[in-house]
Amino acid sequence: QGKFTLLRDTRTDGSFLVHHFLSFYLRAGCKVCFVALLQSFSHYNIVAQKLGVSLAAAKERGQLVFLEGLKSCLDLLFGEEEQPGQPSPLQFLSGSTSDLKALFDFVRVSLTPADGDSWKGPVLLVDDLSVLLSLGAAPVAVLDFIHYCRVSVCCQLKGNVVVLVHSNEDSEDEENKLVVNSLCHHSDLILWAEGLATGFCKDVHGQIKIIKRLSLRQAAEQDLVQIYQYKIQDRNVTFFARGLSAAVL
Amino acid sequence: LVFTEEDKYDIYSNLLFKYFLAEGIVCGHDLFVASAKEHPDNILKELPAPLLDDTYRKELGDEAAAKSEDFQDSMKIAWRYQNLPKMEASPTTYTKFGHYYDVSKKMSPELCQSVKRHSFYLHEELSLEPKMKTWNMNSDYARLLQSIQRIISQEGFDGSDAQKKQRNVLRIGIQSLGSVLWGDDVCCSGTPEDAHSLTKFLYVLRGLLRKSLSACIITVPAHLIQNKAIMERVTNLSDMVVGLESFIGSERETNPLYKDYHGLVHVHQIPRLNSLICDVSDTKDLAFRLKRKLFTIERLHLPPDLSDTVSRASKQDLAGSAKLLSSGCGAMAIGKKHLDF
Repeated sequence: QGKFTLLRDTRTDGSFLVHHFLSFYLRAGCKVCFVALLQSFSHYNIVAQKLGVSLAAAKERGQLVFLEGLKSCLDLLFGEEEQPGQPSPLQFLSGSTSDLKALFDFVRVSLTPADGDSWKGPVLLVDDLSVLLSLGAAPVAVLDFIHYCRVSVCCQLKGNVVVLVHSNEDSEDEENKLVVNSLCHHSDLILWAEGLATGFCKDVHGQIKIIKRLSLRQAAEQDLVQIYQYKIQDRNVTFFARGLSAAVL
Repeated sequence: LVFTEEDKYDIYSNLLFKYFLAEGIVCGHDLFVASAKEHPDNILKELPAPLLDDTYRKELGDEAAAKSEDFQDSMKIAWRYQNLPKMEASPTTYTKFGHYYDVSKKMSPELCQSVKRHSFYLHEELSLEPKMKTWNMNSDYARLLQSIQRIISQEGFDGSDAQKKQRNVLRIGIQSLGSVLWGDDVCCSGTPEDAHSLTKFLYVLRGLLRKSLSACIITVPAHLIQNKAIMERVTNLSDMVVGLESFIGSERETNPLYKDYHGLVHVHQIPRLNSLICDVSDTKDLAFRLKRKLFTIERLHLPPDLSDTVSRASKQDLAGSAKLLSSGCGAMAIGKKHLDF
């Protein structure tokens, strides 16, 4: 409850973690607000079905609020004049404002429990935050947005926030580095999927570092770091200790 | 969304671009060609002619052939980093996926006319409609997006026309995006004036492609883009990213170990759509060559090391950058160790 989880990927695609958390929280009966900036609804739906959850059904019963970034962007740019009472969540794209307040308002309204709601705990899921920088949002605006979300979702509504960012070690994207570093400092849990340093391998797709930031809550505690390797399959991801992939044993 | 990094002189990437369009014509897809450099009609006149199956198969013999990918009726943005080679080195298993083309012949005008072609030549386009002022993006890119969106909705590629029984695919080709000709200075300076235009363009394009039956290839002079951060962001926004590195003018041209090839192909990213996994092929090192009639992409393998004078240093040099894949050649090259005592 009230936890901020950061999903991070380097040299590989960490989106399998997003799919996992999405189906995990939906199965747990939480109300989920999913800000999906990079892929279409049908992509997530198809994968979620493989994992045993139907996004369309969840949307239908009000458990899932899905913001399809690509579609929202097209509506903003090609659509009719927007209604005054319903500003587009991606309003910053048109340049009229430089902050992400409209996006935050969307999140807050989606997750504020309505009368008759019986869902357990709200969850905000974002895939992925680095896209906002590509679309022209300033790093400060992105960090402000996350801060507001954390206050609202984690503290006030006692929910969880899960955010995916991309990072590369020798990246020259300073803005992205800034955002990622800042988020790392404030996260309760970091799941860091990395491609293997030795290059591509068919049996081990990457390694995942799980960092439990105990030092965040308790001054004297050390962070707990665990490292596993993983292989992604069609409906599943298998994790194993380093060097003990099924191909080797 | 296929993102192709052009080779330095834009010879081979141009060829790929034409393959994509030619495949579209042969499959009966509609085409949309956009360029700021060459008039699209000229581009379309230069497409390679398709080869008829029977005569060509006899000619092929032992050589691997390049095929353009045949796009199914799905919403796909494939950043195409080169045509993915579908076969192994063995010549007998021809999986029929796409068509072959003869680069020495031009496609006949009748075949070219058989599909609907839309073009966007930047210098002939009218100025922006007034509403687009709120886009906050390079105006040339905005015009191109407007044009694409108009075609998609008018021709019903987004399923908006319920009457239309037969659905077709729209193949979009955009040449040399990001170059100076498009009014973008991302290729000129390390700190471009509007660093976000290109990435915003790609995002909107991705949205358009996702909601319609279209596929798109973009070529970009990536070697001119100095701001690496932009390239990273662009990679994230694309489905498939391919880079072509030609040997012309570089020291590799005269390197005897690369003598069979004209360049390397770097696959930076492949699409992971509608699934947790992606179809990663075994080999990651690919090279291409342009023969008289064919443009082929093959696994990179170094020729057998038969010379006495090849020193160990240069071999290791290359082994570092071009991993030996073909096990036959690998054993041979390593076997010939020169003892230095």
